[in-house]
Amino acid sequence: MSDKRTVSVAQLRKVAKVGDAASSALQAALRPARNLGFPYRKPPRPKGVEMPKEKSTLGADFDTAWARKAPARAVRTVINRGPMQAMVRAIANPEVEGLDRLTDLLEQDPVPAVIFAPNHHSHVDTPLVISTVPEAFRKKLVVAAAADYFFDKRMKGNLAALALNAFPIEREVTTRKSSDELRRLIDTGWSLVIYPEGGRSPDGWGQEFKGGAAYLAGRTGAPVVPVFIDGSGSIYGKGMKRPKPGATKVVFGAPLWQEEGENTRRFNARIEAAVTALGDEALTDFWTARQRAAAGTNPKLTGPEHNSWRRQWALADHRKLGKAGQRRRQRRRWPDLG
Amino acid sequence: MGRPGFVHEVDRSTPPVLFWRGENFSLERLPAGRSRVIYPPEPLPAIKDIDGAIRHALLHPHDQDPLPALLFPGMKLTIAFDDVSLPLPKMRRPDIRQRVIEAVLDLVAAAGVDDVHIIAALGLHRRMHEYELRHALGDRVYDAFHPRGMLYQHDAEDHDNLEVIGTTDHGEVLEINKRAADSDLVIYVNINSVSMDGGWKSITTGLASYKCLSHHHNGETLQNTKSLMGHREHSALHTSIWRLGKVLRDHGPKLFQIETTLNTDMFPEQYAFINKREWEWTAKDRATYLGVSKGLSLLPVKARRKMFHDIHSPHQMTSVQAGETSAVHELTLAKVFEQQLVPVEGQTDILTLGIPFVSPYNPDSVMNPVLVMCMGLGYLFNMYRNKPLVRKGGVIIMTHPTYRDFNPIHHPSYIDFFEQVLPDTTDPVVMGQKWEKQYAEDEWYRHLYRTGNAYHGVHPFYAWYWGAHGQQHAGKVIIVGGDAPTVRRLGFTPASTLDDAFEIASDVVGRTPTISHLHVPSLLVADVQ
Repeated sequence: MSDKRTVSVAQLRKVAKVGDAASSALQAALRPARNLGFPYRKPPRPKGVEMPKEKSTLGADFDTAWARKAPARAVRTVINRGPMQAMVRAIANPEVEGLDRLTDLLEQDPVPAVIFAPNHHSHVDTPLVISTVPEAFRKKLVVAAAADYFFDKRMKGNLAALALNAFPIEREVTTRKSSDELRRLIDTGWSLVIYPEGGRSPDGWGQEFKGGAAYLAGRTGAPVVPVFIDGSGSIYGKGMKRPKPGATKVVFGAPLWQEEGENTRRFNARIEAAVTALGDEALTDFWTARQRAAAGTNPKLTGPEHNSWRRQWALADHRKLGKAGQRRRQRRRWPDLG
Repeated sequence: MGRPGFVHEVDRSTPPVLFWRGENFSLERLPAGRSRVIYPPEPLPAIKDIDGAIRHALLHPHDQDPLPALLFPGMKLTIAFDDVSLPLPKMRRPDIRQRVIEAVLDLVAAAGVDDVHIIAALGLHRRMHEYELRHALGDRVYDAFHPRGMLYQHDAEDHDNLEVIGTTDHGEVLEINKRAADSDLVIYVNINSVSMDGGWKSITTGLASYKCLSHHHNGETLQNTKSLMGHREHSALHTSIWRLGKVLRDHGPKLFQIETTLNTDMFPEQYAFINKREWEWTAKDRATYLGVSKGLSLLPVKARRKMFHDIHSPHQMTSVQAGETSAVHELTLAKVFEQQLVPVEGQTDILTLGIPFVSPYNPDSVMNPVLVMCMGLGYLFNMYRNKPLVRKGGVIIMTHPTYRDFNPIHHPSYIDFFEQVLPDTTDPVVMGQKWEKQYAEDEWYRHLYRTGNAYHGVHPFYAWYWGAHGQQHAGKVIIVGGDAPTVRRLGFTPASTLDDAFEIASDVVGRTPTISHLHVPSLLVADVQ
């Protein structure tokens, strides 16, 4: 046993010697190239010189065209029908209303592109909308997603593009490039999900609508379908570390077209009023909502104009009316008395 | 634009023709050289912007102010709508009644009207089930109005809630729903599947009492109704109803009538062969027919029935008009005839009719033998204008299994009618005099009508009266493929095959009779010259 070990050490030494020799030979062989320098090597950066910025491929410049090609669409169909549907059902258990309002659009051949404009409370909203819109729209559906959040890293961006067909859009200032690209997509039959609030609700109440959906509808002639999502804020709202399963309701409204002579601001206000009325309909009933809509007294999505604690206080009451108020009670844990 | 209706003269090259046989079909060869098949016009194109058209109709009514001008805060408003008896088969969601009522409610809400009641205008039909109300009105309207007691069904036996409006110069008493009678405005939402419906008939039957209906729903009147689907002046039923309408107009609440017409796109893609002319059947149509008919013959009748009643028809709206009842109805009739009218030359000795699985009185239910008679002689025979397709004294041949089967929930009094009245007499006038009162005033039937989902006790009589003219007109009625004792109970002659039926008919019409076959559905009205 010990003989064997002695032999082995000696052999290793020999091998090490051979390795050292090979390394020396390689360094000697590479020395001329290393000495060659630029242009065979990267140029040195002179001090005090400002380097031009490399063109960004992240954020709003993230290339998502590949996600709308056939192979990616096929993969997405599998994701949407399989894990996404299962996840939505397990986490959000949606009750869907108002799809009958889209019948006329669905009976057109080909089905026209529409702009879905839901309120936004949660990361669950996008899977919810994707899994509840009729199949005819789902087949060609793009989701406008915050460029600074979903497309700040390559891996995250690719995943969002593949699974959600997300398209990067800047929240604060929409560049001409992204709006032109979205218009082109709508013109070629792609429906769009865009959150007019610009992002998830920070405090559980809605936010003022921005004009993106109205602008795109006005430029493309596509109808805007107002959508109200109830209950998702309690499932995975802003600030929650992990999703908390619950029930949701998704209410689709009647499509809206920009009227003759109506500017983007007014159309945007009409879209906001329609989503507000749907919110009222979801929490009360159709007739109450229509009466209040006619009188302009639908409860605002943005909540009462109080200071912060009173807004939070009112939010609790507001949630009780909706799906979040129907959350299943936790199972009682009785003490084990032996 | 679909092709107009078509009369095909049968020759040796004509393929066998499709006949309904209740919950199945058969292909039958008609004698060449003396038979003709009347094919319905193809469906008219539907209105593209349906919601826009409805809104336009409400804002631009005929011979009446726009709806918003008739609404004011504090008013009493009643919206009545046609019940489950039409359209047939039930239309895909959203039902046209839902669309119209939602559009009306938008304007009503804008006008600040709070006191709104929505009433299903049942007449003496059965109360609709919740799922039927939800289908007709949509979940939004149902959930908003039903829990508050603002959506309910007319009760023709609730005497505290009926009100006499007046009497015609013929002594006919107009008694209608009290809420409607006391309203500042009644909006009626109608579906005109056939020309018989709509106009003054909507309120004076849909919201009326038994006392009011019995003036025109009786054997004599229906025997004298020589043109149920054609010219109103030849219809004793409509003449009486129009007299009541005049009373309603002069002494009743203010009315705003909304009438809609549908195209005849009645069956979804998988049953496309039903609407096609047989020689135009593609390989797919033939395969579908074979698959469906063979498959159906293997299924129990309950499964077949369920399959057919689950059909959601793709038919869609072709027109909507609103305003004053008479003005609106004339426009509606023109649109109905544009869809359904087929010019036909002369009468024939025999009329053949395939009886389908459904009639206006058995949606989601059993087509019992009384309804087979009603559908054949009451509805399909009457699908003509000017003259019947079959000459007086001719033979009517129907194909239907005519099983002795009843739905005890929906048709309890039909069972007793079949067992008690029909063995005694099949004459509508005699049975009306001898038996009708007993059934109409039976407390148990009244209870089932008011609290369950049963047709009124008198309804089987009305179904029978509906066929009174056809019964009187035909020299013989033969049912092919029916249960023989049941067919005999109806006063008809059973036959095993169509050829047997022609053989039996030869006693009345000779060895070489001329034959018309009404290719229904879709719906058509033969304009017989």
